[in-house]
Amino acid sequence: MTDTKTSSLVPSAVYDRLRRRRAAERRFRFYGLAAVGLALMMLVFLFVSIVRQGYSAFTEHVITLTVALDPAVIDPEGRRNSQSLSSADYQRLVRESLAALFPDVTERAERRLLFGLLSSGASHRLRDVVMREPARIGTTVVIETPLDDDADRFLKGLVSPDVPESERRIKDRQIVWLKALHAGGGIHNRFNTTLFTAGDSREPELAGILGAVVGSFYLMLTTVVLSFPIGVAAAVYLEEFAPRNRFTDLIEVNINNLAAVPSVVFGLLGLAIFLDFFGLPRSASLVGGLVLSLIILPTIIIAARAALKAVPPSIREAALGVGASKMQSILHHVLPLAVPGIMTGTIIGMAHALGESAPLLVIGMVAFIVDVPVTPLDPTTVLPVQIYLWADSAERAFVERTAAAIMVLLIFLIAMNALAVIIRKKFERQW
Amino acid sequence: MTYRASNDPPHGTVGAPRVEAARAKLTACNVDVFYGEKHAIKDVSLDIGRNEVTALIGPSGCGKSTFMRCLNRMNDIIDICRVTGTITLDGEDIYDPKIDVVHLRARVGMVFQKPNPFPKSIFENVAYGPRIHGLASGKAGLEEIVLTSLKRAGLLEEVKDRLHAPGTSLSGGQQQRLCIARAIAVSPQVILMDEPCSALDPIATARIEELIDELQHNFTIVIVTHSMQQAARVSQRTAFFHLGELIECGMTEQIFTNPLHRLTQGYLTGRFG
Repeated sequence: MTDTKTSSLVPSAVYDRLRRRRAAERRFRFYGLAAVGLALMMLVFLFVSIVRQGYSAFTEHVITLTVALDPAVIDPEGRRNSQSLSSADYQRLVRESLAALFPDVTERAERRLLFGLLSSGASHRLRDVVMREPARIGTTVVIETPLDDDADRFLKGLVSPDVPESERRIKDRQIVWLKALHAGGGIHNRFNTTLFTAGDSREPELAGILGAVVGSFYLMLTTVVLSFPIGVAAAVYLEEFAPRNRFTDLIEVNINNLAAVPSVVFGLLGLAIFLDFFGLPRSASLVGGLVLSLIILPTIIIAARAALKAVPPSIREAALGVGASKMQSILHHVLPLAVPGIMTGTIIGMAHALGESAPLLVIGMVAFIVDVPVTPLDPTTVLPVQIYLWADSAERAFVERTAAAIMVLLIFLIAMNALAVIIRKKFERQW
Repeated sequence: MTYRASNDPPHGTVGAPRVEAARAKLTACNVDVFYGEKHAIKDVSLDIGRNEVTALIGPSGCGKSTFMRCLNRMNDIIDICRVTGTITLDGEDIYDPKIDVVHLRARVGMVFQKPNPFPKSIFENVAYGPRIHGLASGKAGLEEIVLTSLKRAGLLEEVKDRLHAPGTSLSGGQQQRLCIARAIAVSPQVILMDEPCSALDPIATARIEELIDELQHNFTIVIVTHSMQQAARVSQRTAFFHLGELIECGMTEQIFTNPLHRLTQGYLTGRFG
């Protein structure tokens, strides 16, 4: 490249214009880079803050207890039937086994503090063991049970002992016991399986996202089964068959409008039609799926129409030229070529639906539901609503669980968007 | 659709737009084409002779492609396009509502300006037509049709080892011959070629022209071309279009050596176009 400044061949007016043009180009590039940088910074900020808050939720502290299964407590009448076994006082057994580790704690208030270290889930764990193997009654069993969320948070270092005792939920006495148990190997930290295997709970250490994940899965299933075929069929008709007239223009404008309608409006529509009129069950993922189908239908139609439009007309002409009927040319040639675009649009629509919460609140999916749903008709919640519910909870331990649930949701979203990219790359064809 | 007596002398057209009735494969009478308000083809009457090559020439936008696309009703897919007049194939009106356009296009095949193979294998490209029309009996029959068509299109030697490679992996000239093979695989009676060589280099063009020479023994061919040399080389009859009108039609030799109309003369000598 020659230096224009020293070249006598370039008149100064031209040189000035060139210089200004280059400066404008540099400025333009800088604006672009700055925009991208800012967006990336926000993203990093978001991820870092969520991960910082949430990583600790993926582990939990469990306490190992040796429990003597006293037949006199579990089944004093010796009936051994499931009813008497399931209603036995397991809490007493668990507490006694913990008290046995600290024989000097005898005072009532102190004992209550000591038992406060245990999760209320401990007795359920013990009951599960006994129900599974009633033959073990009379022997001793070793169970691992989660600690109470406050104790767990202290051991994770999330509660500072420097805070005055009156301002923290974990007391000095409990800290001493915890340290003793920890030093003695009675407590250890492990991967928090509860988070992925349990439904919702009022106790943070017993709460999991499985119910929400299953609910979200059914919701997505309903949504895709309904909206994909309807959306593609509508797009094919509008793009390939419909005459161009005022009526189809009106439909097109309305589809574009629907894509921009706030989703909560669709929730109200679902409430009025699916719940009130058709009387479908409240909080069911089926109803949620119906509402979300309505929400992402315009997205799918618009994406599918764009994909169909992008198929070169020469392919249609080629098919028609060898005597294919219109339907054959669409089914054999146009649609297969449009599939990557349609799939991408659908997956992005689904990702949108997965993160949707407002319309689901309106149709009652915001209820506190402990059981993991079995069918799409069971009451359930979904991931974004679960996040909303946990974020609203008072217990501090729900803060980390909220962040963990957000991470799980983000992973699903990233996976879906990555899938969209992969499908596009894989099926992209040259013509 | 308006019908006129088919023997009306086409006013405006000089030369010989008609051939003897026995030799006419396609007959167009007083054809007008409108794109919305635009009058694209004005009262064109022209015969296409059996088993010969008819070249349609003229400056860009003169309507020669539009006219050709009327011959297999490809204009039907354009919403705003309207065709009046009559076009008959072996005496049968192809715009008759009773005519199945799919069947018509199987009889009047088409090769496009830009090679447009399906994004499928070479084999599938050729096999598609016979398959949808049920021309082949069984797998072996289909294979035979594909191989024969490729052979007649002069492509078989080059691709016989990679029949399952994508059609789009071929060179431009090969792609165009693949499109010709695809067109002849459904055994049409007429092949329409819309500037088949405009996207090809001279060597590939020469191959296509050789191919046209061979194909004319079995097919009636109509070719639209911008190259007057090409028209002179491959065609027996030539029709010159200008601004939607058929100006002159006659034997190629006569048109190129002794044009009757001054517009034809001007175009051929490069004064406009």
